[in-house]
Amino acid sequence: MNLNGWIQIALYCAVVLALVKPLGSYMTRVFTGERTFLSPVLGPIERGLYRVSGIDARQEQHWLAYTGAVILFHVLGFAVLYAILRLQAVLPLNPADQTAVAPDLAFNTSTSFITNTNWQSYGGETTLSYLSQMLGLTHQNFLSAATGIAVAIALIRGFSRASAGTIGSFWVDVTRATLYVLLPICIPYTLFLVWQGIPQTLSPYADATTLEGAKQTIALGPVASQVAIKMLGTNGGGFFNANAAHPFENPTALSNFVQMVSIFAIGAALTNVFGRMVGDERQGWAILGAMGLLFLAGVLITYWAEANGSSVLNSFGLTGGNMEGKETRFGIAASALFAVITTAASCGAVNAMHDSFTALGGLIPLVNMQLGEVIIGGVGAGLYGMLIFVIVAIFVAGLMVGRTPEYLGKKIEAKEVKMAMLGILCLPLMMLGFTALATVLPAGLSGPANAGPHGFSEILYAYTSAAANNGSAFGGLTANTVFYNSTLAIGMLVGRFFVKIPVLAIAGSLAAKKRVPASAGTLPTHGGLFIGLLVGVILIIGGLTFFPSLALGPVVEHLAGAAGQTFATGG
Amino acid sequence: MPTHFRPALVLLTALTVITGLAYPLAMTSLAGVIFPAKAAGSLIERNGTIVGSSLIGQNFTGAGYFHGRPSATTAPDPADASKSVPAPYNAANSSGSNLGPTSAALAERVKGDVDALKAENAAAPVPVDLVTTSGSGLDPDISPAAADFQVPRIAKNRKIAEAQLRDLVASHTEGRALGLLGEPSVNVLALNLALDGLPKR
Repeated sequence: MNLNGWIQIALYCAVVLALVKPLGSYMTRVFTGERTFLSPVLGPIERGLYRVSGIDARQEQHWLAYTGAVILFHVLGFAVLYAILRLQAVLPLNPADQTAVAPDLAFNTSTSFITNTNWQSYGGETTLSYLSQMLGLTHQNFLSAATGIAVAIALIRGFSRASAGTIGSFWVDVTRATLYVLLPICIPYTLFLVWQGIPQTLSPYADATTLEGAKQTIALGPVASQVAIKMLGTNGGGFFNANAAHPFENPTALSNFVQMVSIFAIGAALTNVFGRMVGDERQGWAILGAMGLLFLAGVLITYWAEANGSSVLNSFGLTGGNMEGKETRFGIAASALFAVITTAASCGAVNAMHDSFTALGGLIPLVNMQLGEVIIGGVGAGLYGMLIFVIVAIFVAGLMVGRTPEYLGKKIEAKEVKMAMLGILCLPLMMLGFTALATVLPAGLSGPANAGPHGFSEILYAYTSAAANNGSAFGGLTANTVFYNSTLAIGMLVGRFFVKIPVLAIAGSLAAKKRVPASAGTLPTHGGLFIGLLVGVILIIGGLTFFPSLALGPVVEHLAGAAGQTFATGG
Repeated sequence: MPTHFRPALVLLTALTVITGLAYPLAMTSLAGVIFPAKAAGSLIERNGTIVGSSLIGQNFTGAGYFHGRPSATTAPDPADASKSVPAPYNAANSSGSNLGPTSAALAERVKGDVDALKAENAAAPVPVDLVTTSGSGLDPDISPAAADFQVPRIAKNRKIAEAQLRDLVASHTEGRALGLLGEPSVNVLALNLALDGLPKR
């Protein structure tokens, strides 16, 4: 660890914090239907879309109708993406002559992109045509992100409204998130990325003759436009197999910094949207504060672990930290920081191979996902995930003092707590249940590339990443098999919908409630006490649920490595 | 649900066309006009042939060139397409080693590389980036220490003064972005092109 590394981390936090208020203010205007500076340009397009789709923008939906719309939108999106992947061999823009994507891989990839997971069983440049990347993946990068934002806004309306029967219109929310938030940022962002060196071309792969006379085929494509939304929408699915470690996805330390900022930008700003819409910005800052504490703790541990390096390699006299799987231009600090950001935020892009991180450096990404991606989290998903924990925290506090819990003037009753627990408990069921299954079935045991505890970590990481809708991997796992493709896809679907649907149910139930005035017995939810309570509840739930699995994987590996033990495959 | 069908279908189609076709194609045209070389992949031509991309590393093995980092990329086995064989710096199949910190295979590989480098240059400590694979397998850069480490070998092979080579390395060292971000690095392909361009004695 060195001073420069800490300055990079501090600068990162400062830039993200500086964006919270302006972006939060802008998004609040967008989702409350006020005019923005982009309305003169986008207003006509928006109204045109509603007209051809037969949507009345003023007609709001009951939570059940909203949920139905969300599900239908996902189902149709899945069908479109699946069809494109299966038919890519006969569709245009396929200069590398990629064959049709196999059915199980197409199922996995389509599920992965509609759920904003973007798990890579595919290897971009070896599997997908340019058309599949653009029309298939890029469009779901936008829409799955827009859907996440829409659901978060619906939940916020649940808190901000009283005695209301509706929580907004999904069609309007998803259109506005795409047109007013995601697209306008992506256009200049793409140009910035090209300026840094990311290709944006439809030309076929280039053939080079190296200085030593060998042939080198260089994969190209319309990369920049996809990388922009991949980061901004916390999608994370790479254009190339190596994702943001690939020099064409992340050419410079500056592009790396801006990509890291864009992962957190919308998620962090949504806490401010929350504060503004419930009429008290401090409520948003308190939630951001709890997220920030957990984030900084993760950065501290990962940076420390990676800078110290692996005991086994250090025994050969190497110094300078763990550089296996990391790129020279980023170094240790920017790689460790990226790993914590991408797993905290449900992005899943990687600029270094997490599989080669030290045991403790790799433990933090795993924990970030196991906590349910509530540290900033996916765009929208992070905020609604965190609000579920808020409900549980308020409930626990209510039990302690023997009062009916309330939050922002809404009584938190049995229905909300049950729904919140459903959203929380479905994740460990998928993560641990499937891990257990894969460690006893031959089809599961053939997956890991590493032996010993690290092999177990590879499996645990995969199901954790899928259910948390993250998408990063301990990439050594051979996941492109029928067993892994299908079980991971189930994990992604449950992780997405068994959180989203309870969240929308809570939104509907809260919106219908009357507002109760605050009294002397109301727990203030904007101060340090509440932040501490919230962080405590998250860590206790996460710790109790996942500690045994972590002990079998990264903890054992750390102790074994410290004792100089290594593990060989096939032995 | 039936009332949702038309909005879902039409809106999905329209937004798909906007974000999946209009946006990337417009960006491709715009980028091609504003940054034509970069949009095309920062390809480098020498004497009319493409010799590589300034952002993509190459597998240098000759003693007279600076070497990049080890690369874990693979290619399909020509004998059996279902298997893969090592193919360092395969820019059509990026990949890291994905070997974990207690992997015996990793320990063995690194130990072998460390020993070989110590035999080549006992005077300096072995730079960690020269014995570890990068995340992409295509890392175009090495650390300044890793470039300096190789100077005696190249000086001997090309019969160039070490001081001249160290100057060349220094002039090809890129500092941190904005003086702050990332780590200093040396682009190996650019360095080797400059090496080839030095006047012959």
